[in-house]
Amino acid sequence: MPLDLAFVWAILIAFAVLAYVVLDGFDLGIGILFPTLDDRQSRDQAMNSVAPVWDGNETWLVLGGGGLLAVFPLAFAIILPALYAPVTAMLIGLILRGVAFEFRWRTERGKFLWDWAFFGGSLIAAISQGLMLGALVQGIKVEGRAYGGGWWDWLTPFSLMTAAALVIGYALLGAGWLILKTEGDLQRHARALARPLAWALIAAIGIVSLWTPFLDPRFMDRWLSWPALFYVAPVPLLTLAAAVRLLLSIRDGHEREPFLATLALFVLCYVGLGISLYPHIVPPTITIWDAAAPDKSLSLLLYGAVVLIPLILAYTAYSYWVFRGKVDPHGGYH
Amino acid sequence: MDQTALDLARFQFAFTISAHIIFPAFSIGLASYLAVLEALWLKTGDGLYLRVFNYWLRIFAVVFGMGVVSGIVMSYQIGTNWSVFSDKAGPVIGPLMGYEVLTAFFLEAGFLGVMLFGLNKVGPRLHFLATLMVAGGTLLSAFWILSVNSWMHTPAGFATNDQGQYVPVDWWAVIFNPSFPYRLVHMVLAAYLTTAFVVGAVGAFHLLRDKASRPALLMFSMALWMAACVTPLQIAAGDLHGLNTLQHQPMKIAAMEGHYETQAGAPLHLFGWPDNAAEKVHGAISIPKLGSWILAHDANATIKGLKEWPKADWPNTPLVFWSFRIMVGIGFAMLGIGLWSLWARFRGGLAQAHWLQRASVVMGPAGFGAVLAGWITTEAGRQPYTVYGLLRTADSVAPIAVEAVTASLTAFVIVYFAVFGAGTFYILRMMAAPPTAESTGAETDKPLRAAGTTPGPAQAEPTSTRRT
Ligand code: HDD
Ligand code: HEM
Ligand code: HEM
Repeated sequence: MPLDLAFVWAILIAFAVLAYVVLDGFDLGIGILFPTLDDRQSRDQAMNSVAPVWDGNETWLVLGGGGLLAVFPLAFAIILPALYAPVTAMLIGLILRGVAFEFRWRTERGKFLWDWAFFGGSLIAAISQGLMLGALVQGIKVEGRAYGGGWWDWLTPFSLMTAAALVIGYALLGAGWLILKTEGDLQRHARALARPLAWALIAAIGIVSLWTPFLDPRFMDRWLSWPALFYVAPVPLLTLAAAVRLLLSIRDGHEREPFLATLALFVLCYVGLGISLYPHIVPPTITIWDAAAPDKSLSLLLYGAVVLIPLILAYTAYSYWVFRGKVDPHGGYH
Repeated sequence: MDQTALDLARFQFAFTISAHIIFPAFSIGLASYLAVLEALWLKTGDGLYLRVFNYWLRIFAVVFGMGVVSGIVMSYQIGTNWSVFSDKAGPVIGPLMGYEVLTAFFLEAGFLGVMLFGLNKVGPRLHFLATLMVAGGTLLSAFWILSVNSWMHTPAGFATNDQGQYVPVDWWAVIFNPSFPYRLVHMVLAAYLTTAFVVGAVGAFHLLRDKASRPALLMFSMALWMAACVTPLQIAAGDLHGLNTLQHQPMKIAAMEGHYETQAGAPLHLFGWPDNAAEKVHGAISIPKLGSWILAHDANATIKGLKEWPKADWPNTPLVFWSFRIMVGIGFAMLGIGLWSLWARFRGGLAQAHWLQRASVVMGPAGFGAVLAGWITTEAGRQPYTVYGLLRTADSVAPIAVEAVTASLTAFVIVYFAVFGAGTFYILRMMAAPPTAESTGAETDKPLRAAGTTPGPAQAEPTSTRRT
């Protein structure tokens, strides 16, 4: 594996996207679970548990997108038109749920509207991201330096499956977060939701994992030929272990582990995805080196990233630490 | 590329960016204003400042939220609709936008939670630090995005590679490209003025109802100091910006001035209707030679007219001409308010100046008008290029189908009107509530109560700001 700028940047972008998925994942998950919270106090509490951090979480998405433009402009220029409809839908979903954080405190009569916007926006964003994931894994048609496919290519049975999987996964992250951050009725409620969601997620991961190798012979090769099998085997094994931990921790009433085990599942699936796709950034044709901007662009931003990303992680951690512990049912500046 | 799809994509860009810029213009200024208020509170211990701080903090939260969600649309839209531009200009502008995310967006977002929710958790001093970080973040964001935008107007420090991409050669020259310093100063001042006029209008509105309202008088007075001091600077900055544009984009100046013919001692057209087809300005009311004097500081200087360039490349002259006049007109109206406020202070105080208060209420939204008009001048005047002189708008667009853009445009228009309309309504309602402890109500009592229990200047806070 050549250790050059493009490769380093591929890792960094992948990290930004993963950070986005797990961090905004639990915010979106709470949105997805919102209609199941039927009394007002638990809704307020659930929302306040993420209100101070959601904006920071979402910023990783801007880094993923902005970073892609900066270091892999060709990939940015092909992927976004290819995923036109789901990207647009995601943006609209993010608008709806983003404003709901403020708007729902600004009105009594209209509160129910913003509760719906919060739910609907989160769900739309999650579905769109799942569709985008599926469409990317399936491959994007390229002509010259541009997208060469149609406007509905992203819609396939496989992308519908990944969308369902992601919605379930986010919902489980949200439930895990609520178990971690709340007490009493709301926590009990989240626990009751977590059990079926965990089973559903494990099933979804199983289906997607078995389906993926059949999409492209190269994926099959990566996973099922010898000696590759030997190197990649830890991923499914660890996934299995995480799944078992997840189920046990929910059964035994742990507070922190369900969330952590779900995170582990996300990270492992993501690593699996990386194994399938590498070295392509626009599968199946464009590699990270084809898409990379000149070294001068990569290096300028890398100086900043090396200094700033640790700094960002530090103050993000600080901000989580300020709001540590159980969410105060009467907190908030509203 | 399909002409309809191109037009729709342009319209979508103009619509979404115009909606976006309204929020940053306000949140850049408001964040700095909040930092000043909190600093004054920490320094003096006077609860009045904290009360005004809390009043604007809730409004800031709503404005900021709308700025964030509309901004995310912008960064992805560059890819969905302008993919050729992204591919070609990405190596140059991408890293700058990357720096915007790393230095500005994370800073704002990381500390916003503490700023909004954290006063009772971290204490006043760390809270002030968070406010400063948020304010600094908005300014850094302006720095980077305006560098990007200025590079598109006056590209420098780059070469072209064999894939037709622009690639960086000299980063310093890219970032500090010729129009950037002017645009940065002009835009940041614009954001401060926009905020000052909104704050002033809210203060004036409440003073008209309650002459004795101390918070309202504080807002009104602070805002009018800004108006009096910053408007002249803004006019000077605008003049310099125009001279810079004359040097680098003379065709844009010709459109702004409505000059079709190259002439020595060019007039200044105050009003009129430029007509590209007839190549003249209908019904012009002009002052002879003043145009040359303003642009070259020499009444007999020769100023190039649009006819120097191929007609096919002319921008939409009436749009550029009129948006420029609207901005400048608003600028002078702001100057008028600033001067009037100095006179009113001299004559016995702002609290008595009822006509000034009425005028300030009317001028409340003026900054937004000037900002939009200014951007329309700049951007429409750059046409037909996205990267001036290099990449045409028609060659920047993604290979998109009419159906796809139509659908996304429709969705954005509906969602923006519904969502940002509701947000504007909530903001106006918050502004209509008087800035007293009673009316800001249960909402402010928590941070205040908590602040009262933390050591430090908060102790000095008068009990009247606390609700019982
Ligand atoms: C002069 C200032 C200015 C200008 C011209 C723009 N913006 Fe902006 N933008 C800001 C000043 C700003 C800000 C003040 O920094 C905001 C407003 C609220 C916020 O979070 O940051 C912001 C938010 C914001 C966000 C959300 C950041 C977050 O998640 O916190 C994105 C992605 C963008 N912008 C992107 C853009 C793009 C792609 C633009 C042009 C095409 C653009 N902005 C023009
Ligand atoms: C935030 C303030 C901005 C406003 C209000 C604004 C407004 C506009 C308007 C009105 C147009 C349409 C011009 C026309 O069609 O005649 C336009 C075009 C364009 N602007 Fe800006 N702009 C802003 C900033 C930017 C920035 C920061 C960028 C760079 C990322 C940018 C990139 C473009 C591009 C790519 C176009 C091409 C589309 C077109 O020409 O219609 N703009 N802008
Ligand atoms: C009366 C004095 C003013 C003058 C002479 C002036 C001059 C200018 C000029 C020449 C431009 C075009 C730059 C270009 O060619 O690209 C411009 C743009 C702009 N103006 Fe003004 N301006 C004035 C007042 C204002 C005020 C009061 C505001 C807002 C409160 C404002 C906000 C803007 C903005 C946002 C832009 C676009 C960004 C930029 O290019 O800087 N201007 N101004």
